[in-house]
Amino acid sequence: MRKSENLIMLVGALLLLVVLPCLNAFGAEGSALHVSDYTINLWGKYLCYGILAVSVNLLWGYTGLLSLGQCLFFSLGGYALGMHLMLKIGKLGQYYQAGNNPLELPDFMVFLGYPELPAHWVPFHSFGFAALMVLVIPGLVAFLFGWLIFRSRIKGVYFSILTQALTYAASLLFFQNKFTFGGNNGLTDFKTLLEADLNAPEVRRNLYVATVLLLMAVLGLVKWLLGTKFGKVQQAIRDSENRVLFSGYATTSFKLLIFVLAAVIAGAAGALYVPQVGIINPSEMTTDKSLEAVVWVAVGGRATLLGPVYGAIVVNVLKSWATTAYPDYWYIILGTLFVLAVLFAPNGIAGMPQQCRDGLAWWKRRGASLASPLATSA
Amino acid sequence: MSSQVILAAEGVNKSFDGFKAISDLNFYLDEGELRTVIGPNGAGKSTFLDLITGRTRPDSGRIVFGTGLGEEITSRKEYEIYRLGIGRKFQTPSVFAEHSVFDNILLGLKGPRGVFRTLFAKLSSGEQDRLEEVLKTVGLFDKRHDLAGSLAHGQKQWLEIGMLLAQEAKLLLVDEPAAGMTDEETHKTGELLLSLAGKHSIIVIEHDMVFVRQIARKVTVLHQGHVLCEGSVDDVQNNEEVRRVYLGRGKH
Repeated sequence: MRKSENLIMLVGALLLLVVLPCLNAFGAEGSALHVSDYTINLWGKYLCYGILAVSVNLLWGYTGLLSLGQCLFFSLGGYALGMHLMLKIGKLGQYYQAGNNPLELPDFMVFLGYPELPAHWVPFHSFGFAALMVLVIPGLVAFLFGWLIFRSRIKGVYFSILTQALTYAASLLFFQNKFTFGGNNGLTDFKTLLEADLNAPEVRRNLYVATVLLLMAVLGLVKWLLGTKFGKVQQAIRDSENRVLFSGYATTSFKLLIFVLAAVIAGAAGALYVPQVGIINPSEMTTDKSLEAVVWVAVGGRATLLGPVYGAIVVNVLKSWATTAYPDYWYIILGTLFVLAVLFAPNGIAGMPQQCRDGLAWWKRRGASLASPLATSA
Repeated sequence: MSSQVILAAEGVNKSFDGFKAISDLNFYLDEGELRTVIGPNGAGKSTFLDLITGRTRPDSGRIVFGTGLGEEITSRKEYEIYRLGIGRKFQTPSVFAEHSVFDNILLGLKGPRGVFRTLFAKLSSGEQDRLEEVLKTVGLFDKRHDLAGSLAHGQKQWLEIGMLLAQEAKLLLVDEPAAGMTDEETHKTGELLLSLAGKHSIIVIEHDMVFVRQIARKVTVLHQGHVLCEGSVDDVQNNEEVRRVYLGRGKH
């Protein structure tokens, strides 16, 4: 199991990190070996979702904390980088070009009649600051929320409901125009990142490669964590929190650290998602998005290292197809998939090889027990 | 008596929604003693353990622990009390089903329990030896690589006791260890507890009178949240009041 996991990671890394980008850069246009810019961009998006799913799994699969608000942290990371990208539009903005925006404010601020840039936007001119905030803001929100929740010993379904309420409340806030983050339109129309043109194919490719690297780093981190004593305590909390508590571990601290770590990972994924997709708005942090992330994990395989990544890719490939082929039925398809996964593949895609082996062994035993009476009578 | 008291509960009261679970309880345990606590359902046995381990807090009274009774534990947190050396085995076995037997003991092992210390913890050879010693004591050495969830009921109970031994708990609180066990398992459990007495102070809560007879030296009878009487098994069984509230009921 471990060996095949390592092999898959190696092959997957090679494929995603070397083969795909090379085929995009050097494959002749129109040939079968060419990977289009569109495909690279799409996979960049899938893999950002993959990282988000890994963070959900870290909480749900390995610690037993079913968070229904993980998209909030994803979005907060996205907004933090989005603010920087907005400020970098500068002279390329519609209103500036039309001569109505001497302060180079983001367009939506001109549209909404802001006299000047709000103070909390100013430091986001610096990329370094924005990059730091990508990690710090989700981490800080998770720390405060987690501290209050875990300290009050809120567990199980109540924890899930509160995380859902948190992300819902946040989305309502962000939907408001006066919250200074562009209301329901969010932040969009980005032009450059670190002086590079975001629409250039090589820039997109680099963003894609950065996403693969982040995914690999996050998977490496999770793999390492699970092997430590911390990881064992973490999984023990999932199986019997009382026993852990009565074994002298302050479970609150463990859960808090995991919750913050998962939020930071989700934030980083969100920050890579935004320049590739070109927009971040409050619909990304609504509760149904967070629920979708939980479905990816269930379909891919809860409490498996790679399962969440499989799930995120498979469900989103399916979504890309279904939302064009059967747009009205997408949620029915998604719901059915979830139910089927829970009923027939409790360990998801990652658990299927084992499930097939078990099934085959059962079938053989059954065959043997059916055959043996005949064999003895003959 | 030359032996020292290691646990004292004095004037302890605890009510739940008006129901007096523990009422003016006074209880003293000597160092190295193996004490059996019996009592009918609702006598407050499990609540008593909850109070000692910090799961609930008394309304009044105090509980002190340690050689020379140096530590007031009346309102400490569970993990703080555990770190002072009080380990508890629950009534229903609670082990980490998805971990190996070895890892279960590892998590119980005495040592730093802080978040960041566990991130970089390495198993020393001394700890490895200690771990194997505990595994042998509870008779699970051959099963060390199995998942704890795959163990038989009795083995899970022993594993849980092993986790307490790994922590080098001074006081072991053992809640109905024989429940659901076969006679043979029950007997082995009794022998295990007897072999631990002396090195550890132990409180065993039990219903099974055969088992009580096997292990008991001094028995405390709880009734309606306070101590009805204390003494040897024979003293207790011959006590009129005890017969009336408890033992006699089984003979209907």
